[in-house]
Amino acid sequence: MKYLVMIYGNPRNWEHPMFLHDPGFLALPAEEREEVARQAEELRREITESGEFVAGVALADPALTRNVRGRDGVPVTTDGPYVESKEQLAGYFVLDCESPERAASIAARFPDARFAAVEVRPIMDMAGQEM
Amino acid sequence: MTGVEDLLRGLAPRVLGALVRRYRDFEAAEDATQEALLAAATHWPVDGVPDRPDAWLVRVASRKLTDQLRSEQASRRRESALPVPLVAPAADVPVHEDDDTLMLLAMCCHPRLTAASQIALTLRAVGGLTTAEIARAFLVPEQTMAQRISRAKQKIRGARFTVPADMRAVLHVLYLIFNEGYTASSGPSLHRVELVREAVRLARLVHALLPSDGEAAGLLALMLLTDARRPARTLADGSLVPLAAQDRSLWDRALMSEGLALVRHTLTHARVGVYQVEAAIAAVHAEAGSSAATDWAQIVGLYGVLSSLDPNPVVTLNLAVAVGMADGPRAGLAALGPLSGDARMVGNHRLHAVRAHLLEMAGAAVEARAEYREAARLTTSVPEQRYLRGCVARLG
Repeated sequence: MKYLVMIYGNPRNWEHPMFLHDPGFLALPAEEREEVARQAEELRREITESGEFVAGVALADPALTRNVRGRDGVPVTTDGPYVESKEQLAGYFVLDCESPERAASIAARFPDARFAAVEVRPIMDMAGQEM
Repeated sequence: MTGVEDLLRGLAPRVLGALVRRYRDFEAAEDATQEALLAAATHWPVDGVPDRPDAWLVRVASRKLTDQLRSEQASRRRESALPVPLVAPAADVPVHEDDDTLMLLAMCCHPRLTAASQIALTLRAVGGLTTAEIARAFLVPEQTMAQRISRAKQKIRGARFTVPADMRAVLHVLYLIFNEGYTASSGPSLHRVELVREAVRLARLVHALLPSDGEAAGLLALMLLTDARRPARTLADGSLVPLAAQDRSLWDRALMSEGLALVRHTLTHARVGVYQVEAAIAAVHAEAGSSAATDWAQIVGLYGVLSSLDPNPVVTLNLAVAVGMADGPRAGLAALGPLSGDARMVGNHRLHAVRAHLLEMAGAAVEARAEYREAARLTTSVPEQRYLRGCVARLG
């Protein structure tokens, strides 16, 4: 089963990996920061080597967003994020995991879950069971 | 595929198994087998197929492997200046083809591996599919599939390889491969039919090697009887047709009669097991001219046997459907009772779909509609959602 893991971050310090620039992370003692960064690296290696990592992207600064909305049959394009919010989508991973529990436990290990937010959603499958 | 290619594909697992047994190095054995197959693909169409093609391949592959070991040892010796004994045995040891194939299968399904890795390695090493083909079937990038396979090989490095006493783990992996292909055998995922074909081919292989194993026969029968319904279970646009509404004239008669014969034979000759009972249930459906003409009482009995062999919520769910058909929808709803407090069923769309179906049969349209809507909300399958939304609309 495939899952979309969405990583959110604070738009004020837009630099990947996002958590390295989060005020909460920067407030930690140096030793703990190193440990968090090491665990994040280890997690990436683990999901790559296990064959669970399917895809992943890092998104550009929300300021570069182009919003497109249809108005009276005419598409209107505006600059900047549609919603000004404290946390913006920073990037995503597509994972192929054995269970929703496994997907959630991977998501919980992204440091971004601690400093900002991480969301996991199942991806719809084109396959179906006989009813 | 040409005749030589077909022949090589069938022989590959035996050759690989023979080399692994002898040299205990999966990766080196696989490389050597690939080289031998390549040599055969070049020589055989010109020189003709040798009398003992399997022995030819094992001999050539063994030579490649010992050459490789020798050159590795030579370079190690140069580096360390310590003598390393050469362990390669003679290359013309007779082939124990049956055991080698079974051992290779068991190794690919090693309990140390995750299901995803077992599936990938089995398809690669025994099925002979390329990594790209397996990746396409599972809708992941080739790199992801390559990782699963290489991780699997690493994990079984150094494991002892023997033919296990029972093939349960192997049968389970073949069952998973079949299901993966079967649930996706329509619409945009049409190419996953490859997985069904591979699963059936491997189940045939295991059954042929272990003819007295009732569960191997049961699994093959289950696959054949289930696959026989494939032409009727989806419409051209990919939408699902439930069993009760399927056009049974579309069912594949040849697969049905082969499956039925297997079920009859194994049920009278072997100790009963889960796959045999599931095959027997599929056989009762196969023998019925319509949903109404189905011997539901017998299906209820078989699900009872199944839940004593392997009690789990999915069996209870299926039992409730059968009870609903045999004794009426209210009895079916009562049979669902034990599941309402089951933590494993929380958020499971199938519980709601079954309850909806039984409520609809009982004439409780409003409640049925609410349950269908809940099932549609919870499923993560596009065709299932379309089907369940259709049920909501029908009752609207």
